[in-house]
Amino acid sequence: MNSKYLEIFKLLKVYPTPRGQAVIVKDFDLSVSEGEFVTLIGHSGCGKSTVLSIVAGLNTATNGGIVLAGKEVVEAGPDRGVVFQAPCLLHWLSAVDNVLLGVDQVRPELSKEERRKIAEHTLELVGLGDSFDKKPAELSAGMRQRVGLARAFALSPKLLLLDEPFGMLDSLTRIELQSVLIDLWAQDRKTALMVTHDVDEALFLSDRIVMMTSGPEAHVGEILTVPFPRPRNRHDVTEHPDYYVLRERLIAFLEEQGHGKAAPPPQSAPQPRGLMGFLRGLVPSAAMRT
Amino acid sequence: MNSFTREKLEKRIGLLVLPLIGGAIVVALWAVASSTVATSLPSPSRTWEASRLYVMEPFEKRGELDQGILRFTWYSLTRVAKGYVIAILLGTPLGFLLGMSNFFRASFDPIVQILRPVSPLAWLPLGFVLFHKPEPAGTFTIAMCSMWPTVLNTALGVRSVPQDYLNVAKVLKLSKLKTLVKVMVPAAMPYMFTGFRLSLGIAWLVIVAAEMLTGAPGVGGFLWQEYNSLIYEHIILCILTIGIVGFVLDRMMGLVEKRLRTG
Amino acid sequence: MAILELEQVHKSFGTTHVLSDVSLSVEPGELVAIVGFSGAGKSTLMALLSGLSKPDQGRVLFKGKPVEGPSPERGVVFQNYSLLPWLSAFENVELAVREVFSKDSRNAQRERVARYLEMVGLTYAKERRPAELSGGMRQRVALARALAIEPEVLLMDEPLSALDALTRATLQDEIERIARVSGKTILLVTNDVDEAILLADRIVPLSAGPEATLGAPTPVEIARPRDRRAMNHDPHFRKIRASITDYLLETQRVRRARSAANRRVAAESALPVESPA
Repeated sequence: MNSKYLEIFKLLKVYPTPRGQAVIVKDFDLSVSEGEFVTLIGHSGCGKSTVLSIVAGLNTATNGGIVLAGKEVVEAGPDRGVVFQAPCLLHWLSAVDNVLLGVDQVRPELSKEERRKIAEHTLELVGLGDSFDKKPAELSAGMRQRVGLARAFALSPKLLLLDEPFGMLDSLTRIELQSVLIDLWAQDRKTALMVTHDVDEALFLSDRIVMMTSGPEAHVGEILTVPFPRPRNRHDVTEHPDYYVLRERLIAFLEEQGHGKAAPPPQSAPQPRGLMGFLRGLVPSAAMRT
Repeated sequence: MNSFTREKLEKRIGLLVLPLIGGAIVVALWAVASSTVATSLPSPSRTWEASRLYVMEPFEKRGELDQGILRFTWYSLTRVAKGYVIAILLGTPLGFLLGMSNFFRASFDPIVQILRPVSPLAWLPLGFVLFHKPEPAGTFTIAMCSMWPTVLNTALGVRSVPQDYLNVAKVLKLSKLKTLVKVMVPAAMPYMFTGFRLSLGIAWLVIVAAEMLTGAPGVGGFLWQEYNSLIYEHIILCILTIGIVGFVLDRMMGLVEKRLRTG
Repeated sequence: MAILELEQVHKSFGTTHVLSDVSLSVEPGELVAIVGFSGAGKSTLMALLSGLSKPDQGRVLFKGKPVEGPSPERGVVFQNYSLLPWLSAFENVELAVREVFSKDSRNAQRERVARYLEMVGLTYAKERRPAELSGGMRQRVALARALAIEPEVLLMDEPLSALDALTRATLQDEIERIARVSGKTILLVTNDVDEAILLADRIVPLSAGPEATLGAPTPVEIARPRDRRAMNHDPHFRKIRASITDYLLETQRVRRARSAANRRVAAESALPVESPA
C-alpha cells in the first residue's frame, strides 16, 4: 500500500477582499494512504471545504501543492469523484440517466448495455433498485443524495471527495445514509477524503479524523486515529468501549475552537440616508423572495 | 487598488460614451435616409431648426395650439395622472379581492382576461358615449387600459404571501383588517409596485391615442395637429419627447421598486 | 392534570394518511421532545397542537378543553422563523405584544419587548431588520416573540434545524436556560436525538411516515444543567441515545420494506394474464 497516495503540501489559500487579504488556510499538510478514509472536521467556515475543493481541482491554491498518485493536481477531472452537499442532479434526467452521464464520460470503451449495467448496479447498491426511471422531483432529499453517491461511485475514481455529503439532510436520514455510504465504500475501498462537522459521522466512517482549527489561517489541529474494526456497522461502532471517549474528545476540540471564534461584535446596521432613506421609511420594504 | 479604480473609471466612461456613439450613428442614418430614400422625412438639421423654439422656450404659451414642448408635456402628464390614480384606486382593491378570494377569482378572472387586451381606441368611443365630453372620456380610457397590470400583479402578490406570515397572524389572532394592513399589504408591496410601474407605462402609451382622438392640448394632440398642418418636423419632436418622458417615468418607478425589493 | 393532550388523533392529506392514532399527554412545566424523520408528520402534529389545523378523528385538548383554533395561549416558534421582513427585530416582537397585551400602556408594552429581547441577548440588534440578522439571531427574535406573549405552552417546530452546528449548540443552551428559568411547558419537535436528550424531560419518538404514530416515551434522567461533553460518560445517555435511534431507524426500515412489498404486489398483479386461445 502506498502510504502517500494523496499528499497535500503547505497549502495556502488567500482571498483578496476590499479590506485587505483574507488568509483562509495556511500551512495545511496532510498525507493519505491508498485505501484510507480520512475526514476533515471543523466548524462551518473554517476552510475545510476550501481544502477539499482545491484537491478536487475546482479551486486553486495560492501556494503549496497537491499530488495524487504521483501526479500534481492542477484541474478537475473524472479521476476524482466528488459528492457535494446538494446532489445537483439534472432534473430532466431519470436517476439512472444522471448516473450514466458520468459513466458514459469515463468508460467510452464499454458498450451501451455494459455502461447501463454499471449505473443500474450502483443504484441497486445505494438502495434505489426500484427507482431507476424516477426523476429527481419524484425522489425525497435522502434518495436524491443516494443518487449523488451512486453517481460518484459509478465512476470508480482514484479518489473520492465528499463535501458535507449529508449536510442538508435531517439527522436520522443522515444516519441511514452513512450506513449506505460505508457499505458502498467497503466494496472496493477507494481512497476517500470527506469534510463534515458531524462528530458521529466522522467516527463511524473514517480511519483517521483530521481536526481543523477555526479560520482564519486554518490548519491541522490534531489527528485522531479511529480504531474500530472493519467492516463496520452502526450498532457495533457505537457499542465499542472507545466510542464515547473519542466522541467526547472531538466535541471538546470543537467546543474549544468554537469559543475561540467570538460572536460578531455588536454594530448597528448602516441606515440609508437622503431621499431613498426617507422613502424607505415611508414605505415598508420586503426581501421575502430569498 | 490603483488598477481597480482605473478599471471602474474606464467602465464608467464607456457607459457614457457608448450611448453617445450609438445615438450619433442613428442620427447619421436618419440624415442619409432623409436625403436619399425617404425624401419626405425631415432631415435632422431641419427638425432641429423647426423644433428649436419649442425646445428652447419649453414653457412658453403663444396660443392655444402653439406652446412650448414641456408645457404640452405637462398637460399630458396631468391627464395621465388623473387616469392613473383612478386605475390604481380601482385596481389595487380589485387585485386584493382576486388574490384573497377563490370565489371572486373564479367569478371575475375570465372577465379580467377578456377586458385586458382591449385597445384604447376601442374604449375611447365608449367613453364619449358615457360622458359626452372629451376630457372624462380620455381619463376613462387611460384608467380602463392601465388598470390591469396593477390588478393582476396585486393579485399575484397577495397569493404569494408566505403561509408562515399568515400563520403568525393566526396564532396572534390578528383581526381580518389587521392581518390585511399589517401582514398582507406589506408582503404584497413589491408585487404591487411592479404592477404600478407597468400600469404607468401603459397609461403613458394611451395618452397619445386619447389626445389624438379628442384633440385635447398635449403632446399627442400637438403631434396630430402638426401632422394635419403638414409640419412633419414636429412629429419627430413629439415622438422623441414621448419616448424620453416614458423612459424617465419608468426609471423613476423602477428606482422605487428596486428599493422595495432589496430593502 | 395534563395541560396539553392528543387523544387518538388521525390526520390525512388527500389520500396520504399522515398521522395515525396519535396520543400524547403533556404535564404542566414539562419539556417534551418529539423526535422523528423529516417528513414524518412532525409539522402536521405541531399544526394540530397550535390549532392551525384540525384532526380528522380524535381530539386535541388544551387544559381539558378542545382546541378550536390558534390562540396566543400556545406560542409557536416556527422552523423558518417567520419574521416579517419589513419590520425590525423590535417591531416584530412589538406586533405580537401589542396584540396580546393590548390593554397595557404603550410604555409597558415597549418595556416588555425590550425585556424579552434582552433575555435572548439581542438588545444591541433590536433596530435591525431580519435581512440584516444571521440565522441564529433571527431565531432568537422568533423565540423572543413567542416568549413575550407569555404563552402557557411553547410549541417549537424544529427551531434550530436550519442553523449551523455551532449556532445550534449556543441556542440549545439558551433554550435550556430559558426553560429552566421560566418553568414553561415546552413541546419541542426535532430530528436530532442529541438535541432531544440535551433539552427534554421526556422524549417521544414519532415513527417514520406515512401513518406515523408516537412510540413509547423515554424519560431523560440526566441532571441539569446538562453538558453535551460530560454526558458522553453517562451510561444512561448512551443507552437512551442508542435505543431511540435504533427504534426510529427500525420504523423507517419496516416502512421501506412494506412499501417495496406493496410495489411488488402491484407489479405482479399488473402482469398480463395468459388467456386460453
